[in-house]
Amino acid sequence: MSEIMIDTGNYIAAKAAIMAKPDVVAAYPITPQTTLVEGIANYVATGEFKGEYICVESEHSAMSACIGASEAGSRTFTATSAHGLLLMHEMLHWAALARLPIVMCNINRVIGPGWNIWTDENDAISQRDTGWIQFFASSNQEIYDTLIQAFKLAEQSKVLLPVMISHNAFILSHTSMPAEIPAQEKIDDFLPSYKPTWKLDVDNPTTQGNIIGTEHYEHIRKAMQNAQMHAKKLIPSIAKEWEKQFGRTHGGLFEYYQCEDAEYILISMGAIGAESKEAINLLRKEGIKIGLARLRVLRPFPTEEVIKLSKQAELIVIDRNISIGCEGAVFNEIKAAVYGKTDGKITGFIAGLGGKDVTYSDIQKICKKAISGKAKQQIWYGFEEEV
Amino acid sequence: MKKSKKYDVVASISYPKEGAMGKTGSWRVFCPELDKEKCVKCLRCWIFCPEGAVKRKKDNTVEINFDYCKGCGVCANQCPTKAIIMKREGKKK
Repeated sequence: MSEIMIDTGNYIAAKAAIMAKPDVVAAYPITPQTTLVEGIANYVATGEFKGEYICVESEHSAMSACIGASEAGSRTFTATSAHGLLLMHEMLHWAALARLPIVMCNINRVIGPGWNIWTDENDAISQRDTGWIQFFASSNQEIYDTLIQAFKLAEQSKVLLPVMISHNAFILSHTSMPAEIPAQEKIDDFLPSYKPTWKLDVDNPTTQGNIIGTEHYEHIRKAMQNAQMHAKKLIPSIAKEWEKQFGRTHGGLFEYYQCEDAEYILISMGAIGAESKEAINLLRKEGIKIGLARLRVLRPFPTEEVIKLSKQAELIVIDRNISIGCEGAVFNEIKAAVYGKTDGKITGFIAGLGGKDVTYSDIQKICKKAISGKAKQQIWYGFEEEV
Repeated sequence: MKKSKKYDVVASISYPKEGAMGKTGSWRVFCPELDKEKCVKCLRCWIFCPEGAVKRKKDNTVEINFDYCKGCGVCANQCPTKAIIMKREGKKK
């Protein structure tokens, strides 16, 4: 029997994490992730989580412990945020290059200085090139569903890459929403126990992370790229399998909303993505043919779907991040994806940095500005008058 | 040597094989010199050699494989009777 759990994004993520039955969880607390790992610690106390829970002394150690456990053939989970994620950076590369299917929740939080614990996607964006598969969730239910699906995806022998699921600080991490939690047996059917493709095994001795010559290293990077491309096909099919079993979907690489006849399509991620639906409803009432493509997966990047969208409509992109010295990361990648394929108009906006609220009426204004045709190619929302 | 089963994954996983990195003995600066008269067959050198370059014989005497001994000196450090001493390469008797 499934049950409805009304709780915060972090506690729902903790529930999902223990229902995936990891053998090892290694984590270090950081606001706003703290309640997530406290949630797991509580499941240790109640006996509901039977795996090994390792309290480490830093995030670098948390990821290192996950790597060791995963190399030994364990299903492994961790969670972090902002500066914690940045401290893990070296080991994020290691986990991906070693082809370890670790799953991690990252709570999108501002990077300091300018100490601030509100939401901002620059933490996850700065880890784009580590080889991790990156999801961005927009509701507590989506956090739950994606987390279980992430283990299934990561552990496929043709993928074997770690997965990061980001959700926005406070807007999701500390806000209660109802989420349907399926029965444990149903989750066990969907996600059977982990059978590692490779592991460190005294009965079959191997070494991982040895000295490796130039003639072999490129093969490893190429294989990771192939694995990401394979994941691009698997993400929608695993989401469909989930929908068949549990009657619920949040989309594949994108979630589409009112896109069928759209002349304008808004692309946004995470909580702004969820808020955008309300803006679309209001703009539709005004007679504007606009739809929403909420980007769920940043890596692998859905290039083919972006080209289709750009062929159909003018694109409006909102980034809650900025690649300093260039532009918003999603805007930048969308333009790169359509290069040589379409010459559709694309307008980018930077909004909501440092956790600044982006309401549906802000999103409405952003869309109207883009539709007016008077917008520059990239705009800092709220700073339009400045040079 | 038993061959390890290969895993179906492209990663920096290496499988044990004698001389996988070539004859690493050429890296040596200091060379262990074994005095068989002083050896008490305690086998500490055989246990501690990080490269498996100390060969144990049936009578528990030992022999050093200079094709793979990198000259780290762990054996000499462990030897309780100083039966092994390190000498600079090229300056041996």
